[in-house]
Amino acid sequence: MKILTEHIDVPGIETIDVFRKHGGYSALEKALKTMSPDEVTEEVKKSGLRGRGGAGFPVGMKWSFLAKPEGVPRYLVCNADESEPGTFKDHYLMMKSPHTLIEGMIVSSFALGANTSYIYVRGELMYVIHILEKAIQECYDKGLLGKNILGSGYDLDLFVQPGGGAYICGEETALLESLEGKRGNPRNKPPFPAVKGLWQCPTVVNNVESIAATSWIVNNGGEEYAKLGVGRSTGTKLISVSGHVRKPGVYEIPLGITVEDFIYADEWCGGIRAGHKLKAVVAGGSSVPILPAELILTTAAGEKRLMTYESLSDGGFATGTMLGSGGFVVMDETTCIVHNTLTFGRFYHHESCGQCSPCREGTGWMDKILYRIEHGQGRQEDIDLLVDVAKKIEGNTICPLGDAAAWPVAAAIRHFRDEFEWHVKHPEKATQPGAVFMREGASWTL
Amino acid sequence: MTNTQTIQFPADTLELVHKIINRYPEGKQKSALLPVLHLAQAEWRWCSPEVMDYVASLLNIKPIEVYEVATFYTMFHLEPVGEHVIEYCRTGPCCLMGGVEVYDHLKKKLGIETGETTADGKFTIKEVECLAACGWGPVFQIREKYYMNLTTEKVDEIIDELSK
Amino acid sequence: MKVTIDNITIDVEPGTTIMQAARQIGPHIAPPAMCYYEPLKGSGGKCRGCLVKVTAGSEKDPRPMPKLVPSCITQVQEGMVVENTVNEQVLEARKGVVEFLLLNHPLDCPICDQAGECHLQDFSFEHGVSKTRTVEERNTFEPVDLGPYIKLNMNRCVLCYRCVYTADQITEGRVHGVMHRGDHAEISTYIEKAIDNDFSGNVIDVCPVGALTDKTYRFKSRVWFSKPVDASCDCGKCSGKVTLWYKGDDVIRVTARKNIWGEVTSFICNTCRFEKKKTSDWKIEGPMAVPRHSVISANKYAANKITPAFPMKQAAEQYKKIDDNRDRSFLNAPKELN
Repeated sequence: MKILTEHIDVPGIETIDVFRKHGGYSALEKALKTMSPDEVTEEVKKSGLRGRGGAGFPVGMKWSFLAKPEGVPRYLVCNADESEPGTFKDHYLMMKSPHTLIEGMIVSSFALGANTSYIYVRGELMYVIHILEKAIQECYDKGLLGKNILGSGYDLDLFVQPGGGAYICGEETALLESLEGKRGNPRNKPPFPAVKGLWQCPTVVNNVESIAATSWIVNNGGEEYAKLGVGRSTGTKLISVSGHVRKPGVYEIPLGITVEDFIYADEWCGGIRAGHKLKAVVAGGSSVPILPAELILTTAAGEKRLMTYESLSDGGFATGTMLGSGGFVVMDETTCIVHNTLTFGRFYHHESCGQCSPCREGTGWMDKILYRIEHGQGRQEDIDLLVDVAKKIEGNTICPLGDAAAWPVAAAIRHFRDEFEWHVKHPEKATQPGAVFMREGASWTL
Repeated sequence: MTNTQTIQFPADTLELVHKIINRYPEGKQKSALLPVLHLAQAEWRWCSPEVMDYVASLLNIKPIEVYEVATFYTMFHLEPVGEHVIEYCRTGPCCLMGGVEVYDHLKKKLGIETGETTADGKFTIKEVECLAACGWGPVFQIREKYYMNLTTEKVDEIIDELSK
Repeated sequence: MKVTIDNITIDVEPGTTIMQAARQIGPHIAPPAMCYYEPLKGSGGKCRGCLVKVTAGSEKDPRPMPKLVPSCITQVQEGMVVENTVNEQVLEARKGVVEFLLLNHPLDCPICDQAGECHLQDFSFEHGVSKTRTVEERNTFEPVDLGPYIKLNMNRCVLCYRCVYTADQITEGRVHGVMHRGDHAEISTYIEKAIDNDFSGNVIDVCPVGALTDKTYRFKSRVWFSKPVDASCDCGKCSGKVTLWYKGDDVIRVTARKNIWGEVTSFICNTCRFEKKKTSDWKIEGPMAVPRHSVISANKYAANKITPAFPMKQAAEQYKKIDDNRDRSFLNAPKELN
């Protein structure tokens, strides 16, 4: 079952005519001509759709928090600042089928009563911005955007805003600051954007995939959507796969398939590349805890792990992880966990906005310690020091970037401490090009 | 005040700037800062203080507001760069796909290190974080174009093509 | 509105923050503040030094808040219960914040003009640990002049943003700001430029550390060897209410007056601050009421009785033996091994 990517490989799907031929903009017509904004919101609530950017907060509930004072404009802002390492699903969707997002934007803006909406796309994706702008122009030309859309009396202007190269702008309040033309410093909350967002007006910020899914929900009803998936993980999810699988790429999966199927079935990743074995997976973008092969395939209780919010987080951080943004990074036995953790540590160091002290100083400190360990200058006590620094950042920062920086380091040490110790004890071996620690008796050891 | 006399967008770009400003409510023209900085960089290759002062004057904001923003975001070049700026992704997933080897080859081929520009002013190499193309790694970007699934051979082809 | 902080209950106006409520109870309860500055709108929330534990959110919803909250920007609710110095988790987090703030701080206190009235010194004395765990090289910047009066030593900056708010809110035309990001963020004018306006000197007073110092006072004295005296003058530009700092018979420095939290009560103009360095320029009011942060008061004014703040007592109880016996031999290994 595919709801976002069913027609994604149809030639010309990026044009409005082909898109319409395949059922595009039917949700827009249905919503504007036959539904009230509250009815649209109600269907989205019923669908159980959860935010696809990483946090997994129910979209309908987020919408219902939007303050609606008289005479004050409200805004919908689409978060297309996709920058979490391992995640490239929004890039894929917008590049291939821009109208899928635009239709969702119009339907969602209608539901929220927004008359101006913005799609904030990371600046590196300038070519995608041009694709979106072209598609938006097509909509204006056909009367699907602008004044009195389809004679419904509803007006909407839609604009694309480029970022400038800053992961932190994926955090919703930093994104709003950036959209206001400022540094991407996250705001202290409260007030939440639903009350004071863009230019201090009530604002909803949603991920690309979340917004795109609303069209299908309007067309088929929230209940139908909720039938897909398992439990509170309803619907489908775009998973972007990178690393050592046979077929990296973006897959739309029904939530609820097993992780094992996802990695090994030909329909999805097609297994680990020839001659290699699965060592570890980062299941939801670089910030979520890394898990070794056995824990990603089965929970600590021995049950098959599923691709759902709940199953992936089963066992908490001790033995579980998170679905996050769906950035699925697969590593085989040739991967040095210390090196990989260093690249993540360096990433968060580079991307910290520098506003609050634990994140500004802590991410840099972790990066430097990891660099030393990787380059043969680690000490035994550095490993515990890393754990302690991570603990002192986690939960103490303005925005979740602090947590995102702390978790991968803590998790790598939790599950691969022996690999860190090997680096410290045998720097002469660990610094050899291509050298990787092999755990005795591990399922991935050749 | 720095001299902004010699720096001026061509007429069609200026028109675009005004269109961009109109995307936002009245008085919120500062929101146009990132899009206009992108235009400025496309025009003058890098964001010199003079260029930033010009952008400030276009948007009727203080120069310091532009400096603060331009230095925060990594896409804006604060120093002169070569004709082609090669920005390669150094983050985990691209490394898993063999990035380190490819980038080493790139540096060797051009005979420069990250952050440097070739003597002929043709190429600058910059190291960037995740470009959201992890499954298609290793990746680098030159201006708006993404070059994906890179191999050492592909790098040779791209550089040879751009060197012509 | 009733709020309980460290087992002391107080009645406050709605809209009061936890920090303000704690300050109303007194210095022995008030959390440390490196970035929060009441006179500056929008300040606070950044340094995380004032994190506290809310063990009951309100009477209506008595659940504890899941994370520590910054007391300077969190408003109290009816029936809220807060733990500050009695909570282990809070003290542990503050140890972390001190350690983070000192990570790239040069510890050049012996030659720093701010020593003795430095909030980072107080904060680390009260909440820090005695042993450093870092062996990494510090990020460094060259000191620069921001015009004829102000020296910027970026190495010491804790990025509290107070000087940025000050320039925005009490001067015309801010020309300095925060450039770059992360641990490379720095206060700067970007292009070499003097901060030149009548109230620019106030950035020196609001700086919690020695990042912005008065060039006319540089290296003239240790602060505890000078005597603060309140004085005033008829000034057309500002209130003219200042503190003069004497060494012998000479006025070596003029600052704005500060309350016991180290906050300026009335911003002063540059003429008062930098130009009027003679006693005859001023009407003397009397010895300054000595603030809480104070090596200055010691043995000078018997009338000033100060109850030691809780953290001070804590620091005294947990007598810290300075231990700098670190093994650095491994650092001699070659730097690049790959």
